[in-house]
Amino acid sequence: MMQLPPKSIRDYGPLFYPALMLLVFFVIPFGTMIAVSFFQRDVGGFYTPDFVLSNYERFFSLFFAKVLGFSLMLAMMVAVICVAISFPFTYLLTKTSRPTQVIWLIGILSVLSLSEVIIGFAWSSLFSRTAGLSNVLVWLGLLEKPTAYYPGFGAVLTAMVYQALPYSILVLYPSLARFDTSFLEAARTMGASPIRAFLNVLFPVQRNTLLAALIMVFVFALGSYLIPQILGRPQHWTLSVLITDQAIYQSNMPFASAMAVFLVLMSLALVGLTLLIGRKTEVVR
Amino acid sequence: MNARLSRTLFFACVAFFMLLPLIVVVGVSVNEKQSLTFPPEGFSLSWYAQIFTDAGWRDALINSLILATGSAFLAVSVALPLAWFLWRYRAPWAQVFRLLGVAPFILPPVITALGFLTFWATTGPYGEPWTAIISHGIFFVTLPLVTITLGFSSIDGELVEAASTMGANDRTVFRTVIFPLILPYLISGFAFTFVLSLNEYIVAYMTVGFTMETLPIKIFNALRYGYTPTMAAVSFLFVLVAAVVFSLIARFGNLPKLLGNNEGGE
Repeated sequence: MMQLPPKSIRDYGPLFYPALMLLVFFVIPFGTMIAVSFFQRDVGGFYTPDFVLSNYERFFSLFFAKVLGFSLMLAMMVAVICVAISFPFTYLLTKTSRPTQVIWLIGILSVLSLSEVIIGFAWSSLFSRTAGLSNVLVWLGLLEKPTAYYPGFGAVLTAMVYQALPYSILVLYPSLARFDTSFLEAARTMGASPIRAFLNVLFPVQRNTLLAALIMVFVFALGSYLIPQILGRPQHWTLSVLITDQAIYQSNMPFASAMAVFLVLMSLALVGLTLLIGRKTEVVR
Repeated sequence: MNARLSRTLFFACVAFFMLLPLIVVVGVSVNEKQSLTFPPEGFSLSWYAQIFTDAGWRDALINSLILATGSAFLAVSVALPLAWFLWRYRAPWAQVFRLLGVAPFILPPVITALGFLTFWATTGPYGEPWTAIISHGIFFVTLPLVTITLGFSSIDGELVEAASTMGANDRTVFRTVIFPLILPYLISGFAFTFVLSLNEYIVAYMTVGFTMETLPIKIFNALRYGYTPTMAAVSFLFVLVAAVVFSLIARFGNLPKLLGNNEGGE
């Protein structure tokens, strides 16, 4: 169908309601949050309109630098582990039969839709002394008596990888499904082993996809707020946990907003980078 | 054969990792005693019954269902006209609204949640149940927007041309040609929103956390007082609902294509 520019005001009719909803309930809340980040906190727990930078200044302290550093490091580790597993996995999945793919996709979507609360709960059971994996190890005779693996960094990392893995598979899926296998066949015909063909042909061709997936998972993992709380010690808390804590329990909305604005800027920079990489991929293709 | 074996092994490992928490959750949920012992001792479905008989859990379930249904309707109602407009007309500046529709989902959820919290607190209705419906509806608008846009792009332009040539106006074309074609995409967008809203914690918590308990909020609040098998039962019920919904989408639609695989499998 030919796309024509809208001619009369009536043509704009259908756009009116969605535009209004998005402006009122996304742009304005977002703007409110940015505004509040410059407000003065009231002792009573609320805030008064003002323009102060103290909320941002407070952020530049050693404590928050540590939290930020930990959040970034954790998100980076999650992204690298997830992509390292999901890249070969997703590639192999796209080469299976349609029914196999459908079953896997249903499973992946089901795990993806699991609430962070439930993932945290399930892994805390798995890592606990009473109901955990160590009981199975005892039963198998590999361990003397059951032990607890949580709270701890390993528990946080495992649960976050679990949460992000379905996400990273779905991010990689479209691009890998469209990959032309004739490149690989050519490499195989010339005598390369499957693993060699994978590393020397598929990997370089999909480099941009890979990088985009890394960044997407990184931003996704940066948003994790419950798992570090349920499975970690206070030193494992991320920026998202602190934002929630300041907003709800300390009733310091201006400070929470300032941290959120900072997180947005960082995420936006990374999403922008992804789009830039995506555009380059289009050109190459 | 060797490559095939290692692939199967690799798939089995991933499947095991993904199923592991679910195995424990199911095991704990049928435990006879009120404790989290694994492997379970005895067998009882009483924890499942408790979700429906215990007033606290039942209310949380009802709240979650209302929230998920309401927000899914809202998300679709925003996404459908927007996707239609962007498909029907050439208006590059209107792409800004597509970006606005996708943004809440790309940003870390805590930010969207905090945006809503400051907005509802500043304008007044903070804590009202309907604010959660609007918040979730906008937060998840990305999902129907993406699926419906995909639906529009799959429509054969000639069908629409033919209908227009025979004298059908936009409204008739939409009703008789376009709507039936995009209906599966619309339903899957609705279903995605419904399932994710059912499981969403942070936005619901920041908007109505202290006035209305949804199931994830109830589970998290209950976590502080120790674990009960009811939590495990609820968790498993959630996975089951998600699996059923996505199986239905796969049964009536093309799931690989919906997720971006143009080949749609072999």
